[in-house]
Amino acid sequence: MNIPEDLRYATSHEWARLDGDIATVGISDHAQEELTDVVFVELPTMGRTFDAGDPTAVVESVKAASDIYAPLAGEIVEVNPQVEADPSLVNTDPYGKGWIFKLKVKDAGHFGKLLDAAAYRAHIS
Amino acid sequence: MLDEIQNSPLESAHVRLGAKLVSFAGWSMPIQYTSIMDEHTAVRTKCGIFDISHMGQFVVTGPAAAAWLDGMLVNNIATLAIGDGQYTLMLNETGGVIDDLIAYRAGEQEFFLVVNASMIDEDFHWLENHRVAGADLRNESAMWAGMAVQGPDSQAVFAQACPGQILPPRNGIGRFASGEIVCRTGYTGEDGFEFFTPVAAGIAAWENFMAAGAKPCALGARDTLRLEMCYPLNGNDLSPERSPIEAGLGFFCDLEKGEFIGREVLAKQKQHGPALKLTAIQYLEKGPPPRAHYPVLTADGEVIGELSSGVLSPSLMIGIGMAYLPAEFSKIGTVLQIQVRENLYPAYVVKKPFYKKHKS
Repeated sequence: MNIPEDLRYATSHEWARLDGDIATVGISDHAQEELTDVVFVELPTMGRTFDAGDPTAVVESVKAASDIYAPLAGEIVEVNPQVEADPSLVNTDPYGKGWIFKLKVKDAGHFGKLLDAAAYRAHIS
Repeated sequence: MLDEIQNSPLESAHVRLGAKLVSFAGWSMPIQYTSIMDEHTAVRTKCGIFDISHMGQFVVTGPAAAAWLDGMLVNNIATLAIGDGQYTLMLNETGGVIDDLIAYRAGEQEFFLVVNASMIDEDFHWLENHRVAGADLRNESAMWAGMAVQGPDSQAVFAQACPGQILPPRNGIGRFASGEIVCRTGYTGEDGFEFFTPVAAGIAAWENFMAAGAKPCALGARDTLRLEMCYPLNGNDLSPERSPIEAGLGFFCDLEKGEFIGREVLAKQKQHGPALKLTAIQYLEKGPPPRAHYPVLTADGEVIGELSSGVLSPSLMIGIGMAYLPAEFSKIGTVLQIQVRENLYPAYVVKKPFYKKHKS
């Protein structure tokens, strides 16, 4: 199970990477493995704002549709068109090319409240 | 004990294989082992094996067995030769579907019925309550472990796993001297067979077929495979409120054979044409996988029904589904829309089945 040390995680299995006040968000290796066969990603609309915990995007496998929640409050400033064109990137490269959206976060201080790698590993075991 | 979840006799094999288990029809059953896509492809191109131990088996015997079953089921039992089987349905008094099943003639006065897991108790009570003298009914569902071996390589798998045994012809049933039952039927659209062995021998049989080349496949792939063929799933595409004529299964209903429960309603619907038809709908372009209960709209945006089943077809890589629609919207080529969350996706009515083998 790949859980990079430099990322933070939500209990709902999203990861976030913070650069300044921009958080890049995707789903964890564990989540993609549980979903398997990601066949569709519904991206959020640019400019929309979300509170932490709001359903923001949808990742669908053959068997189920899963909401992706905003791990932090903020505004959508970028979405990844590559996962729309090739949803399997979420499976093959969940922490890289499989990122889903970027948020301009309201309060970067909340980043530290997300789970670190060790806490997320404990959460899923 | 109705709410108790039952475990398949093959459960320990599924756990060893790392299956994801879900609750289905009161049973804990695998939904997938590795990937629905891979399992689906294995069945279309090679050979897969599914646990079907949750399904029910009834045995009907006696001098009145054939005549009685002909009054209970829509297809013509009397025409079944010994060793043959047929798809059929059991209806309520208003022509609605209680269950769909396969009836095999194991002997002149002996029939083997395979029914849906979720309907075992209801089917049994319905049959028992209508039983006549000279027809005996036994529920053998708890005795048998079942597995469906499906795919173009299934004959080779059978030959290797069951040396010296004979695979019955299409739709047929056979019994080994040692008691196992093999039926040349399935729910995938591929050649294959369904194998029933006493519960205690289930895991050995499963491993035997796996060793002969069958890849473990689970309910997720079973659903995509059957929907590509437009095979209905009771509870989704069939219900006590819908008749087989509405479901497009008129081919299996012999309205000339004599009286059976529901016949009059079917005859009327056949004469006038059903108001609703179970319609095959395919996306025009890529989109989120359609799923049961998503609304179906006309091109103008009027809601006219909902999907009874829907999946992303792994063979066609496009969304497919079925819905009961007013007959005027069920014509092939009719443009429709499927609503997924807040968005509408264009779709159109296609000829059944979605997946045609040996396309040239």
